[in-house]
Amino acid sequence: MKSGIRTCLLGGAMSVGLVVTGPAFAAECIAPANPGGGWDFTCRTIGKIMFDIGAVDKPIQVTNMAGGGGGLAYSHVVNERNDDGELIVAASSATATRLAQNAYAGHTADQVRFLGAIGADPGIIAVAADSPFQSLGDLLDAVKADPSSVTFAGGSAAGGFDHLKVLMALGRVGFTDITRVKYIGVDGGADAITQTIGGHTQAMTGDMSEVVGFLKAGDIRVIAVFTEERVPGFEQIPTAREQGVDIVSVNWRGLYVPKGISADDHAKWSDALAKVAASPEWAEAMVANGLAPFTLVGDGFETWLGGVIGEIETLSREIGVIK
Amino acid sequence: MELFANLAQGFAVALTITTMALAIGGCFLGTVIGSLPGLGPSNGVAILIPLAFSLGLDATEALVFMTSVYFGAMYGGRISSILLNIPGDEPALMTTLDGYPMAKQGRAGDALVLSGVASFVGALLATIALMLLAPILARIAYLFGPAEYFALYLLAFCTLGGLASRNQAKSALAAVIGLGIAMIGLDNQTGLPRLTFGEMHLMDGVDFLVAIVGLFAVSEVFIFIESHGKNSAIGVRLERITIPVRDIVNSFFTMLRSTAIGFVAGVLPGAGASLGSFLAYMAEKSIGRDRDSFGTGNPRGVAAPEAGNNAAAGGALVPMLTLGVPGSGTTAVLLALLLTLNITPGPLLFEERPEVVWGLIAALLIANVVLLVMNVPMVKFFVRILSVPPWILLPGITMVSFGGIYSLSGSSFDLILMILFGLFGYIFRKIGVPTVPIILGILLGNKMEDSLRRAMVISDGDWTYLFSSGISTGLWIAAVAGFIAPMFLRRFLAKPEPVAD
Repeated sequence: MKSGIRTCLLGGAMSVGLVVTGPAFAAECIAPANPGGGWDFTCRTIGKIMFDIGAVDKPIQVTNMAGGGGGLAYSHVVNERNDDGELIVAASSATATRLAQNAYAGHTADQVRFLGAIGADPGIIAVAADSPFQSLGDLLDAVKADPSSVTFAGGSAAGGFDHLKVLMALGRVGFTDITRVKYIGVDGGADAITQTIGGHTQAMTGDMSEVVGFLKAGDIRVIAVFTEERVPGFEQIPTAREQGVDIVSVNWRGLYVPKGISADDHAKWSDALAKVAASPEWAEAMVANGLAPFTLVGDGFETWLGGVIGEIETLSREIGVIK
Repeated sequence: MELFANLAQGFAVALTITTMALAIGGCFLGTVIGSLPGLGPSNGVAILIPLAFSLGLDATEALVFMTSVYFGAMYGGRISSILLNIPGDEPALMTTLDGYPMAKQGRAGDALVLSGVASFVGALLATIALMLLAPILARIAYLFGPAEYFALYLLAFCTLGGLASRNQAKSALAAVIGLGIAMIGLDNQTGLPRLTFGEMHLMDGVDFLVAIVGLFAVSEVFIFIESHGKNSAIGVRLERITIPVRDIVNSFFTMLRSTAIGFVAGVLPGAGASLGSFLAYMAEKSIGRDRDSFGTGNPRGVAAPEAGNNAAAGGALVPMLTLGVPGSGTTAVLLALLLTLNITPGPLLFEERPEVVWGLIAALLIANVVLLVMNVPMVKFFVRILSVPPWILLPGITMVSFGGIYSLSGSSFDLILMILFGLFGYIFRKIGVPTVPIILGILLGNKMEDSLRRAMVISDGDWTYLFSSGISTGLWIAAVAGFIAPMFLRRFLAKPEPVAD
């Protein structure tokens, strides 16, 4: 989190202009986090493919703007770049979750335009390979019997999407004492897996992309994936629905643009994003990163997202994350 | 024998002209970046990533280039620590403690050569250890849960007492101030803001760089103004370079011990090079019979942190490559590079992409030799960058830091914060409160707090969980001993006593 300033310092120092943007010479994609996370991946991959397939004329440069869990970038776009037609910003379920929980200092979802999602990282629950829990049912039953016997580890803070997923799943099987569920937020999915393999926590909640490497090595067992159908390439992993827990929860990857841009600019970016979604390069990138197809661009996406944000808001109020 | 076959494959990749040129170029750029105050390895690597892409490098080449920059910066960081008393990067912080006093005694050249050799020993042995032990060492990370991490950080803070100041109370005060500053920002467990006063820019806490530039560089400017440039730390001259054979021989075992400590600290995810150099320095200080001279220009106080932090840089690659968990800030940036290159680090990387892993290891071995040559016989070249007159260099460095920070946040907030840190740094220096523990508090405070709170969630608030494993108990004993011992031993420390080495 804290290396962002250092990241950009050399840009200023060398004055090479690699980081500092001039006036709209090339389009810019803001990744509201440090290099290495999902938002950074979104900007770099989508930006590169947009240029490679000719959807945009010039390479898109990526700026990392870490701060406030994406809030700093959100605030920057709303307050200072509201009519910048050459700007796209990486977004995901986390953006929606934080907007729903009022974690962006009073900003609301209608202050930007959500352009679309073109892939989703399926939510998963994993346990160590030697864990006694063989199915999602086993794990949830253990929590119901004694909530203190199971600690979940995830890459997001308490009240974040990884935490909410577990609570939603427990809610579906009739467990309502959700404040007693033990969850620790660690530094990313890989760390959560490490803690779980080491036996410090009993289960890991996260996204498919976070477990791919560990899954192949056989250190962990994914006991459920939160999608409607089994995920291509991971057919051996059962969905939560098959196991009688009616939950679908994915971490979508997409973009938003400033609210004040012209209709032409909006159409330009929607088209470019749709082209990326349809390209073989993106299909390849999705497979390599454990993403499942999930394309929803334009007005349809904005409507769908409004519903999702409403749902998270209700749930967050139930668990007391927001008042 | 499989090892040699793998290594041969690695050298086959690394010994191409392109790869070699990239390794040498990376080492050079890295050393320059490292030697400039405030510009550390993580920003160096991050800023050069676009360059790697625009050169059209393939995965192995890009990785070789970037890790050469990384290792180069780890070497270069010591130069400004020794000559300017301003750490070139975070891990070089400890090198200021004895390196700068040595420079003041007219032994800047000795300190630079010694630290260059120590860096080489640390980095080389760590690379060999990475090669031999990576798959096994990855399992260490599994042993460290929240309780063990908490005890590890506690150990670091407990030994702060006697550090950087003759007065333990002042050091402790400084550490507490640092910990307090670390608490600013979003609470990592609940996501709620603390001590932010509704200020968006404080949500992510105080950036280490803002604090270090303020406390070290900006306060130096104030001192410089006050003394009209006569009494300033900046501008130590380097006259001649000789090889201080005696110092190197005397600190040989120091380097070996520090390498071991640094490497283990590097392997632990999140602990990183700063902790490695810190623990290495403290270990040397506590076992040496000349412990009182630490902080006054003891050559072993220069060798220890440099061997430690370079070993930690090698160690930090272990969890990054084998688990996908970055062991330091810079490896986090390297991880981003790997992901962008469609390489997913993890337990299978050694089997699935051997050419990447072994090419990297071979390139690191080569890079270390290149760096030794660059940093010992050619060190004068890098010193020249810093030997600009202080009245140009000092405002220049400050200006670069201001510009760099502004280019990120686009707001004046961090700049004001930096000036505030400069003012506090000036006051602290006047009243003799050391600034190093403040920095370490900011650096490690959040991680320590997170570990404690995670441990408390797991154990339902049962504090005995903190002692529940052999590792954590051992660390606790060392921490308590490290805190209490100096208080009782201080009066005996003046006279030399036989110490089992």
